[in-house]
Amino acid sequence: MIELLVYALVALGIFFLLVAAIGVVRMPDLYNRMHATSKAGTLGVGLILVAVAVFYQELSVAARALSALAFIILTAPVAAHALGRASYLSGVKPCEDTYIDELAGHYQKNHKLESVDKTTPSSPTES
Amino acid sequence: MRAFVYNVVLTVFWMLVTESFTLSNFLVGFALCFLILLLARPLFDAPSRRYFTLAWKLPRFGALMLWEIVLSSLRVAQAVLSPRLSIKPGFIAYPLTVKSDLEITLLANLITLTPGTLSLDVSTDRKVLYVHGMFVDDPQAVIQSTHDSLEKAVLEVTR
Repeated sequence: MIELLVYALVALGIFFLLVAAIGVVRMPDLYNRMHATSKAGTLGVGLILVAVAVFYQELSVAARALSALAFIILTAPVAAHALGRASYLSGVKPCEDTYIDELAGHYQKNHKLESVDKTTPSSPTES
Repeated sequence: MRAFVYNVVLTVFWMLVTESFTLSNFLVGFALCFLILLLARPLFDAPSRRYFTLAWKLPRFGALMLWEIVLSSLRVAQAVLSPRLSIKPGFIAYPLTVKSDLEITLLANLITLTPGTLSLDVSTDRKVLYVHGMFVDDPQAVIQSTHDSLEKAVLEVTR
């Protein structure tokens, strides 16, 4: 029973890692590629780590696997942000399908980023 | 915060009394002491009492985060594996209502982990978060849904 669960978790994890890899090849530009790696990659690695914790059923292994998972969830978006920002600043062009670019022209020479005026949407719960 | 310190101190006492210093015993003791402190809730002042609501809200926030990761991975998988690439990428400026470092970090991380959006950078005056979206048919709808679900969830655990 446990074995089957481990197999399923590992298989799903590998599937999502494969999706991330295919995404890197198929997506038209860097920014879309990072969508594939940051999301499907996180889930794939996460599922495999959970499978490791389930397989060994030891507290020390589980604690390490789950803390590794927590750090991956916390750091993958930061890595995506750093990569995306650096590549936008160094002039990587978004692909031609890009629908709107509200970021264009807002970076100043000293890498400071201007804000634009936008109204905050009203929340339905607050009155 | 004070309630948390009490909880840890009580748990250490529990471990001393039961003479077992394992992680599982720590967790059992922590849960027990939490229940005891919950009974003593009226004795704490209002800011310390936040600990008890957080104990309920933090796991829910974690569950939301995990759920969003699963949803967004499925969305990415669907987009990647479909024979024709049906993506409509774009950069959107998202007006922030959250202010502190922690809140912006949490929100940016959540945005990256939710379907179709990836946070790129925060403006220097912290008013706008620039987001790259994969399926931007209607920028206003993306902003509205992010505001309603994610920003609310972040505010719930930080304030």
